Amino acid sequence: MTLELATTQGQTLADSGIAESPLAIRGLTVSYGQKPAVFSVDMTVQPGAMTAIIGPNGAGKSTLLKAALGIVKPLSGQVQVFGQSLERQRGRIAYVPQRASIDWDFPTRVIDVVLMGLHRELGLLRRIREGHRKRAMECLARVGMQDFAKRQIGQLSGGQQQRVFLARALAQAADIYLLDEPFAGVDAATEKAIISVLKSLRAEGKTVVVVHHDLATVADYFDNVFLINTRKIAEGPVAEAFTADTLQAAYGGRLATAQVDQLARVLG
Amino acid sequence: MLWDALLLQLGYNATLVAIGATLLGIAAGVTGTFLFLRKRALVSDAVSHATLPGVGLAFIIMVALGGDGRSLIGLLAGSALSATAGLMCLSWLTRRTRLAEDAAIGAVLSVFFGFGIVLLTVIQTMGSGRQAGLEGFLLGSTAGMLFSDAMIIAIGGALTLAIILLLRRPMTAVAFDPEFAAARGVPVHRVDLAMMGLVMAVTVVGLKIIGLILIVALLIIPPVTARFWSERSDRVVLLAGVFGGLSGYVGAAISASAPNLPTGPIIVLVGFAFFAVSLLLAPDRGVLAAVLRHMRFQRRVHLRQGLLALAQGQPIYERLTLRLLRRAGLARADGVATDDGRARAAKALRDERRWEIVRGDLAHEAAAALYDGLRDIETVLTRDQIAEIDRRIGGPQEVRV
Repeated sequence: MTLELATTQGQTLADSGIAESPLAIRGLTVSYGQKPAVFSVDMTVQPGAMTAIIGPNGAGKSTLLKAALGIVKPLSGQVQVFGQSLERQRGRIAYVPQRASIDWDFPTRVIDVVLMGLHRELGLLRRIREGHRKRAMECLARVGMQDFAKRQIGQLSGGQQQRVFLARALAQAADIYLLDEPFAGVDAATEKAIISVLKSLRAEGKTVVVVHHDLATVADYFDNVFLINTRKIAEGPVAEAFTADTLQAAYGGRLATAQVDQLARVLG
Repeated sequence: MLWDALLLQLGYNATLVAIGATLLGIAAGVTGTFLFLRKRALVSDAVSHATLPGVGLAFIIMVALGGDGRSLIGLLAGSALSATAGLMCLSWLTRRTRLAEDAAIGAVLSVFFGFGIVLLTVIQTMGSGRQAGLEGFLLGSTAGMLFSDAMIIAIGGALTLAIILLLRRPMTAVAFDPEFAAARGVPVHRVDLAMMGLVMAVTVVGLKIIGLILIVALLIIPPVTARFWSERSDRVVLLAGVFGGLSGYVGAAISASAPNLPTGPIIVLVGFAFFAVSLLLAPDRGVLAAVLRHMRFQRRVHLRQGLLALAQGQPIYERLTLRLLRRAGLARADGVATDDGRARAAKALRDERRWEIVRGDLAHEAAAALYDGLRDIETVLTRDQIAEIDRRIGGPQEVRV
């Protein structure tokens, strides 16, 4: 009887049968002070696919990502990466944080930022060799920034900075890529460059999870969506989970009329 | 006299002080760079002021145990302990309460320093305290520096540098992008604590020469100076060590060259001199370079405006514009365009129209973002794209300079 009554929230990851997922989250609650930003959220990311995390401002999208990476400490809940603990699998996750959190006057060049993606591999004392530099340059070339390698990062435009961050993530040669609003405030050329890199990652069998804010491009860019507003609203393939009903549930009255019109066109 | 001092010819004590100050300057400059990059420069001020009660308590305890109370090792150990206590208070206040770090620094700094001054005053009234010379720790006192004192500085400085060599990657990563570092498994809080521990070590080791009030200058001024000269964090670290070491050496030499010149403050002033020179003369980031850059930019703007005025047959009143056009051979003294000027003006006007189209067309969004009114359109578009735009404008197809 109890088994039938049990929800996934009460189950541990081992017996929920999705241990092979690149990133599986169960019962995750994160709180800043007394107000939960994310409340008892389950998420099962599909391997080799592109997933968008969608929700209104302050819905806990970035917090969910940060908790999955162990950057913020959850109050409760479990995170598993390829069926193992985050600590054991950390090398397989790459992260692209929001651009706004960085001091762009920091004395560092584009190539040095990309090389930071190799720190884990280099350890504390190993020297940076020609092979490492070559790899960093290849990652820059993938995002079209190879000509900027020697520039100080503050001299780049916002979109170029974002592409450098993506190159740093590529340098990690990870299996899962988590990106926090990579398309926020970037130019059209950058958006195109980033999405084509993400699609090539998917073609290589990598898993991509993106916190996304532009509802109009969801269907174009992504396979799956994860709708959140503190609690999970919906999860699944775009065709099933990204509907007028789920959006209404996630955004409530907060979806501007213009956005609704725009979506009506997209969703048909 | 100064030459003798710089060449270490002024006797045993002056030589010891110069060597000690140099080593301290290197360690402080290198350590301070990470503090500066992490934007926590003022934390070092709280740490240094928090050493004072430890000095007083260590003296009292050593006297109570029947010792002489002036053992440098004992006093430094006491200062390290109380600096640790101050650091922990600060860390607790910022992490567990709503107090912002600057306010927490103010609270910790003043309370610890006040308590230290009370202890020093009490010690003055103790029988054995009158000659303790503890107030020397406030601004440093190098008069009676011993070989063992210099050795403490040398060993402390060397250890600090060794730990920095080991932790340079995580410390840089945490300073640049703490969230990314955390996502990569770097223990951010522990790296921060290690950094503060290093700052504390430099402070404690520097008490004898610089004193606790001015050590913050030796931690911060060299990195800020070094920042003017490089855009790479690893080079900023090395340069800060060089500037710190030079400040220590030259400052100690100057103070030894004449009677009654206090060592610590002179070292700080020498460090400031390096800073002032860098501020003015550094390429790229210096004030002079910025002024020159602004003037060059202003000239480009005037030249461009002048060309557009020529192209549209408008009179030019601005003197600077006229002078620039004349000097470039584009206009005569009376403001009439030369042949060359007419060609360039026509090109400028056409470029304006091309830009207008580029900026109105979403397909050229990336190129349009680079528009600043001055840039040659050839630098952002290919020949084919320009030809396509020209077709849309119509009129003569080839306008050449």
